[in-house]
Amino acid sequence: MHIKVLYFARIKEAVNYSTEDIQLPDDVQTITALKNYLSLRGDTWADLFNGKQTVRAAINHELVDNLAIIHAGDEVAFFPPVTGG
Amino acid sequence: MRSLGQGGIGALVSFVGQVRDINDGSSVSSLTLEHYPEMTKKALEKIEGEAKSRWDLIDTCIIHRVGTLHAQDQIVLVLVASAHRGDAFSACEFIMDYLKTSAPFWKKEATSQGERWVEAKLSDDVAKERWQK
Repeated sequence: MHIKVLYFARIKEAVNYSTEDIQLPDDVQTITALKNYLSLRGDTWADLFNGKQTVRAAINHELVDNLAIIHAGDEVAFFPPVTGG
Repeated sequence: MRSLGQGGIGALVSFVGQVRDINDGSSVSSLTLEHYPEMTKKALEKIEGEAKSRWDLIDTCIIHRVGTLHAQDQIVLVLVASAHRGDAFSACEFIMDYLKTSAPFWKKEATSQGERWVEAKLSDDVAKERWQK
Protein backbone atom coordinates (compact mmCIF):
# COMPACT_ATOMS: atom_id res chain seq x y z
CA MET A 1 0.00 0.00 0.00
CA HIS A 2 0.96 3.59 -0.55
CA ILE A 3 1.35 6.03 2.38
CA LYS A 4 2.80 9.46 3.11
CA VAL A 5 5.37 9.78 5.90
CA LEU A 6 6.36 13.03 7.62
CA TYR A 7 9.32 13.68 9.94
CA PHE A 8 9.72 16.52 12.43
CA ALA A 9 12.34 18.24 14.59
CA ARG A 10 15.49 16.20 15.35
CA ILE A 11 14.20 13.27 13.33
CA LYS A 12 13.71 15.46 10.26
CA GLU A 13 17.27 16.76 10.70
CA ALA A 14 18.68 13.25 11.03
CA VAL A 15 17.02 11.86 7.91
CA ASN A 16 17.54 15.14 6.05
CA TYR A 17 14.07 15.57 4.64
CA SER A 18 10.57 16.21 5.93
CA THR A 19 8.24 14.12 3.81
CA GLU A 20 8.17 11.13 1.47
CA ASP A 21 5.74 8.78 -0.22
CA ILE A 22 6.38 5.12 0.50
CA GLN A 23 5.07 1.98 -1.15
CA LEU A 24 4.90 -0.50 1.73
CA PRO A 25 5.25 -4.27 1.43
CA ASP A 26 2.04 -6.13 2.33
CA ASP A 27 3.39 -7.33 5.67
CA VAL A 28 4.06 -3.81 7.02
CA GLN A 29 0.77 -2.90 8.66
CA THR A 30 1.53 -1.34 12.05
CA ILE A 31 3.66 1.50 13.40
CA THR A 32 6.09 -1.04 14.88
CA ALA A 33 6.37 -2.81 11.52
CA LEU A 34 6.94 0.51 9.75
CA LYS A 35 9.67 1.46 12.25
CA ASN A 36 11.36 -1.91 11.67
CA TYR A 37 11.03 -1.49 7.91
CA LEU A 38 12.60 2.00 8.01
CA SER A 39 15.41 0.71 10.28
CA LEU A 40 16.63 -1.44 7.38
CA ARG A 41 17.61 1.67 5.40
CA GLY A 42 20.92 2.08 7.20
CA ASP A 43 22.63 3.24 10.39
CA THR A 44 20.90 6.64 10.61
CA TRP A 45 17.50 5.01 10.31
CA ALA A 46 18.34 2.15 12.62
CA ASP A 47 19.55 4.60 15.29
CA LEU A 48 16.24 6.47 15.10
CA PHE A 49 13.87 3.55 14.95
CA ASN A 50 15.51 0.70 16.88
CA GLY A 51 13.74 1.69 20.09
CA LYS A 52 16.62 3.38 21.92
CA GLN A 53 15.18 6.84 21.28
CA THR A 54 11.63 7.80 22.12
CA VAL A 55 9.88 8.36 18.80
CA ARG A 56 6.21 9.31 18.85
CA ALA A 57 3.91 8.52 15.95
CA ALA A 58 0.71 10.00 14.57
CA ILE A 59 -1.65 8.64 11.94
CA ASN A 60 -3.78 11.23 10.15
CA HIS A 61 -2.91 13.84 12.81
CA GLU A 62 -3.84 11.72 15.86
CA LEU A 63 -1.22 10.43 18.31
CA VAL A 64 -1.10 6.63 18.17
CA ASP A 65 0.81 3.81 19.85
CA ASN A 66 3.08 1.25 18.20
CA LEU A 67 0.26 -1.24 17.67
CA ALA A 68 -1.82 1.17 15.57
CA ILE A 69 -2.83 -0.15 12.15
CA ILE A 70 -1.78 1.74 9.02
CA HIS A 71 -4.16 1.93 6.07
CA ALA A 72 -3.54 2.82 2.42
CA GLY A 73 -3.46 6.59 1.91
CA ASP A 74 -2.69 7.37 5.57
CA GLU A 75 -0.43 10.22 6.60
CA VAL A 76 2.01 8.84 9.18
CA ALA A 77 4.24 11.21 11.16
CA PHE A 78 7.28 10.48 13.34
CA PHE A 79 8.58 12.99 15.88
CA PRO A 80 10.32 13.29 19.25
CA PRO A 81 8.35 13.94 22.46
CA VAL A 82 6.78 17.39 22.18
CA THR A 83 8.21 20.47 23.92
CA GLY A 84 5.78 23.33 23.30
CA GLY A 85 4.21 25.79 25.72
CA MET B 1 -15.07 36.49 24.76
CA ARG B 2 -16.73 39.22 26.76
CA SER B 3 -19.57 39.44 24.23
CA LEU B 4 -19.93 35.62 24.11
CA GLY B 5 -20.54 35.51 27.84
CA GLN B 6 -23.39 37.99 27.59
CA GLY B 7 -22.75 39.15 31.10
CA GLY B 8 -22.44 35.63 32.52
CA ILE B 9 -18.64 35.62 32.76
CA GLY B 10 -17.58 35.93 36.39
CA ALA B 11 -13.98 34.75 35.92
CA LEU B 12 -11.44 35.18 33.17
CA VAL B 13 -8.16 33.34 33.80
CA SER B 14 -5.17 33.90 31.54
CA PHE B 15 -1.80 32.19 31.29
CA VAL B 16 1.07 33.66 29.30
CA GLY B 17 4.20 31.56 28.72
CA GLN B 18 7.42 33.49 28.07
CA VAL B 19 10.86 32.60 26.72
CA ARG B 20 13.42 32.39 29.55
CA ASP B 21 16.96 33.61 28.91
CA ILE B 22 18.49 30.58 30.66
CA ASN B 23 17.78 26.85 30.44
CA ASP B 24 19.71 23.86 31.83
CA GLY B 25 22.57 26.14 32.86
CA SER B 26 23.11 27.81 29.47
CA SER B 27 22.10 31.29 28.43
CA VAL B 28 19.55 31.18 25.63
CA SER B 29 19.67 33.89 22.98
CA SER B 30 16.75 32.68 20.87
CA LEU B 31 14.28 29.86 20.52
CA THR B 32 12.82 28.44 17.31
CA LEU B 33 9.52 26.61 17.46
CA GLU B 34 8.64 24.02 14.85
CA HIS B 35 5.19 22.45 14.63
CA TYR B 36 2.97 20.12 12.59
CA PRO B 37 0.27 22.52 11.42
CA GLU B 38 -2.61 20.15 10.61
CA MET B 39 -2.08 18.14 13.78
CA THR B 40 -1.54 21.20 15.95
CA LYS B 41 -4.97 22.54 15.09
CA LYS B 42 -6.66 19.21 15.84
CA ALA B 43 -4.68 18.68 19.05
CA LEU B 44 -5.52 22.11 20.44
CA GLU B 45 -9.21 21.74 19.54
CA LYS B 46 -9.26 18.35 21.26
CA ILE B 47 -7.70 19.80 24.42
CA GLU B 48 -10.21 22.66 24.48
CA GLY B 49 -13.06 20.20 23.91
CA GLU B 50 -11.87 18.00 26.77
CA ALA B 51 -11.61 21.04 29.09
CA LYS B 52 -15.14 22.11 28.18
CA SER B 53 -16.47 18.62 28.92
CA ARG B 54 -14.82 18.57 32.37
CA TRP B 55 -15.64 22.06 33.61
CA ASP B 56 -18.45 24.54 33.19
CA LEU B 57 -16.79 26.97 30.79
CA ILE B 58 -18.18 29.80 28.71
CA ASP B 59 -15.26 29.99 26.29
CA THR B 60 -11.58 29.18 25.83
CA CYS B 61 -8.84 30.56 23.59
CA ILE B 62 -5.34 29.23 22.87
CA ILE B 63 -2.72 31.16 20.89
CA HIS B 64 0.68 29.52 20.36
CA ARG B 65 3.47 31.20 18.44
CA VAL B 66 5.88 29.42 16.09
CA GLY B 67 9.11 30.48 14.41
CA THR B 68 11.98 32.32 16.09
CA LEU B 69 11.43 34.05 19.44
CA HIS B 70 13.74 35.85 21.85
CA ALA B 71 14.07 36.10 25.62
CA GLN B 72 10.94 37.47 27.27
CA ASP B 73 8.88 37.03 24.10
CA GLN B 74 5.48 35.55 24.74
CA ILE B 75 5.15 31.96 23.44
CA VAL B 76 1.68 30.94 24.47
CA LEU B 77 -1.58 32.46 25.67
CA VAL B 78 -4.42 30.49 27.24
CA LEU B 79 -7.66 32.25 28.16
CA VAL B 80 -10.51 30.59 30.00
CA ALA B 81 -13.83 32.24 30.79
CA SER B 82 -16.39 30.79 33.18
CA ALA B 83 -19.08 31.88 35.59
CA HIS B 84 -16.95 31.10 38.67
CA ARG B 85 -13.19 31.12 39.25
CA GLY B 86 -12.74 27.47 40.25
CA ASP B 87 -13.65 26.14 36.82
CA ALA B 88 -11.51 28.72 35.02
CA PHE B 89 -8.39 28.15 37.19
CA SER B 90 -8.57 24.35 36.87
CA ALA B 91 -9.31 24.37 33.14
CA CYS B 92 -6.44 26.77 32.42
CA GLU B 93 -3.95 24.50 34.23
CA PHE B 94 -5.42 21.44 32.51
CA ILE B 95 -5.09 23.03 29.07
CA MET B 96 -1.44 23.98 29.68
CA ASP B 97 -0.55 20.52 31.07
CA TYR B 98 -2.06 18.83 28.01
CA LEU B 99 -0.60 21.34 25.57
CA LYS B 100 2.90 20.69 26.98
CA THR B 101 2.60 16.93 26.46
CA SER B 102 0.33 16.36 23.46
CA ALA B 103 0.40 19.35 21.08
CA PRO B 104 3.04 18.87 18.34
CA PHE B 105 5.47 21.73 18.98
CA TRP B 106 9.26 21.37 19.30
CA LYS B 107 11.68 23.97 20.64
CA LYS B 108 15.24 24.43 19.46
CA GLU B 109 17.42 26.75 21.56
CA ALA B 110 20.32 28.87 20.38
CA THR B 111 22.81 29.03 23.27
CA SER B 112 26.40 30.22 23.67
CA GLN B 113 27.40 26.55 23.09
CA GLY B 114 25.42 26.27 19.84
CA GLU B 115 21.97 25.04 18.92
CA ARG B 116 20.18 22.21 20.71
CA TRP B 117 16.73 20.65 20.74
CA VAL B 118 14.94 21.05 24.06
CA GLU B 119 14.35 17.69 25.79
CA ALA B 120 10.87 16.76 26.99
CA LYS B 121 10.59 16.85 30.79
CA LEU B 122 9.31 14.01 32.93
CA SER B 123 7.74 16.63 35.25
CA ASP B 124 5.43 17.65 32.39
CA ASP B 125 4.20 14.05 32.04
CA VAL B 126 3.64 13.91 35.79
CA ALA B 127 1.68 17.18 35.64
CA LYS B 128 -0.55 15.71 32.95
CA GLU B 129 -1.10 12.45 34.82
CA ARG B 130 -2.79 14.17 37.75
CA TRP B 131 -5.75 14.89 35.46
CA GLN B 132 -6.30 11.24 34.51
CA LYS B 133 -9.78 10.18 35.54
